Amino acid sequence: MKIHEYQAKQLFRDAGIPVPEGILAKTPEEAAAAYKQLGGAIAVVKAQVHAGGRGKGTIKGAEQRGVELVKSAEDAARVAGALLGGDLVTIQTGPEGQTVKQVLVEAGCDIARELYLGIVVDRGYGKPVLMVSTEGGMDIEKVAHETPHLIHTAPFDPNFGLQSYQSRKLAWKLGLEGAAAKAADKFFRAICKLFVDCDCSLAEINPLVVTGAGELMALDGKINFDDNALFRHPKLVELRDTAEEDANELRAGEAGLSYVQLEGNIGCLVNGAGLAMSTMDIVKLHGGEPANFLDVGGGANKDQVTEAFRILLGDPNCKAVLVNIFGGIMQCTTIANAVLAAYKEVGFNVPLVVRLEGTEVEEGRKILAESGVDIINAEGLTDAAKKVVEAANAA
Amino acid sequence: MAILVNKDTRLICQGITGKAGEFHSKNCLEYGTKLVGGVTPGKGGQTVLGKPVFDTVAEAVEKEGATATMIFVPPPFTADAILEAADAGIEVICAITEGVPVLDMVKVKRELDARVAAGQKVRLIGPNCPGVITPDECKIGIMPGYIHKKGPVGLISRSGTLTYEGVWQLSSLGLGQSTCVGIGGDPVNGTNFIDCLEMFQADGATEAILMMGEIGGTAEEEAAAYIKANVTKPVAAFIAGRTAPPGKRMGHAGAIISGGKGTADDKIAALRDANIEVAESPADMGAALKRAMGK
Repeated sequence: MKIHEYQAKQLFRDAGIPVPEGILAKTPEEAAAAYKQLGGAIAVVKAQVHAGGRGKGTIKGAEQRGVELVKSAEDAARVAGALLGGDLVTIQTGPEGQTVKQVLVEAGCDIARELYLGIVVDRGYGKPVLMVSTEGGMDIEKVAHETPHLIHTAPFDPNFGLQSYQSRKLAWKLGLEGAAAKAADKFFRAICKLFVDCDCSLAEINPLVVTGAGELMALDGKINFDDNALFRHPKLVELRDTAEEDANELRAGEAGLSYVQLEGNIGCLVNGAGLAMSTMDIVKLHGGEPANFLDVGGGANKDQVTEAFRILLGDPNCKAVLVNIFGGIMQCTTIANAVLAAYKEVGFNVPLVVRLEGTEVEEGRKILAESGVDIINAEGLTDAAKKVVEAANAA
Repeated sequence: MAILVNKDTRLICQGITGKAGEFHSKNCLEYGTKLVGGVTPGKGGQTVLGKPVFDTVAEAVEKEGATATMIFVPPPFTADAILEAADAGIEVICAITEGVPVLDMVKVKRELDARVAAGQKVRLIGPNCPGVITPDECKIGIMPGYIHKKGPVGLISRSGTLTYEGVWQLSSLGLGQSTCVGIGGDPVNGTNFIDCLEMFQADGATEAILMMGEIGGTAEEEAAAYIKANVTKPVAAFIAGRTAPPGKRMGHAGAIISGGKGTADDKIAALRDANIEVAESPADMGAALKRAMGK
């Protein structure tokens, strides 16, 4: 689960991590009032959407960038007006962009240095790892790729948290001394504790700034939570903003399906994540483009399969559908009946290719064959992929 | 020989009184697995499928001599169930449950590593995995038993249904399996590719290995380096997710390309560099293994 920057910063503030003073605004008037309330000469107006790359992103059809420095209340109102209601396009949003519904107006601060800080669970260590770099404000993936020696890491045990000796070492690598090194120790240990306490899957501050006075401050803030751990964080669940999520992915999630929207024209309905990815791969290998990843899980029932078809057929780009089921626990007869029920209920306007294998396959194929419904039967993965690509191209 | 489990394995099911636990316990029994009982706290004294239910794993070990467990308890209680099994001296722990918080697994892994370092024989498989099967001897988990055939191929996979697809292709080509291990699709898990490769390399019944990976992380690259240095048996591999877009989680918590790492192309290049026969298509996994054996 993702949250907005302003929400992440509130969590930082509660955890004793210094952040600039900021006020959320939903209208240009509120933005102007926020500027006055902050009382400084400069402020920053920042679009609040879940995507990254906002500073370099622009509002669709306009010049307005997602983050802008302002020097008067009028300025703040103007920038907020240009952002609010617009669709912000960044490297992470796709061409349609994401609608800006609120902006964060933040006090400007005296920046001496820009650093980077991130925490993820590292598979190799089997532990969370704190990463810092002197290359703040940059594209950190580029830094990791081109100059990996500029990224310093400290794996820590969630039971004990980050230790002070680890902070001291990282502060030394970052060239922080005296008061700044002390501030870094407090800062690093607090963010690591927050990461564990909230079951985060990612925490990132880019840039983490050192002010002229030698203080550390989180100028940006990004937090993702481990969806599997949300059951123990009801307060965090309240921070969810479903308007920021893909409508189909949201709908699939509610039905217990795993769905990812893609750009192609062949809808795929598969049981199991590995097989679902492999199905996309083989479609592409035979010249097709998958419209989605859809895993109905190991034990999907009729209702779930029907909802899956509704989602697939609701995509105007979808020109053909491939159902690929390896019946293990799920019996082929179950899926065959579910396909027929969904067919009747949803109504198919595109060709349907079905490949069944596994438990009770003969009975399942028989049900489909005897139904009189227009289904293209496929045997084996390759046959299924070829037939669905052909059907999509003919449409 | 085979690895991990065989006809002498004495299995219990943690969560046997739940719907999934009972269903799969029944299937394992019918396959011929020596299922000796189950554990559900608070339900000790009952019987399910004619087998005794205990309140604790320790009691199941003491009274029935259990050596392996499969865990079907809900995600919030899975870490506790794994640690209980380890504490009771269970050697093979298969956690089938999907959706365990990753930080829970970090803590579990640390505890299990400490036990292994202290000399205890304990191995976790999963979580979020189909389980492990030695055909005709012992099936632990949710895979359909009938697609398997006894034979010389060791199989390791991060996926569930894709594993069945691979097994199906092997069996259809007349290539049976020594043992099939589903290590699971989570970022932090108990057993990795290298653990299984080491066991298969040492196993007399295994003549070749089929490895099925997917996007995300660097486990396949590490396995490739290990194979290059240590494995003399023929190996074939397939990587799922070549067409997956970066930054999107493809179902499994572990299947995500992030920070430019974990792409299928990187993994395939590393595997080829280790002289591993890589299947281009998921329909070609069985045939690729056959090619590897003929090399």
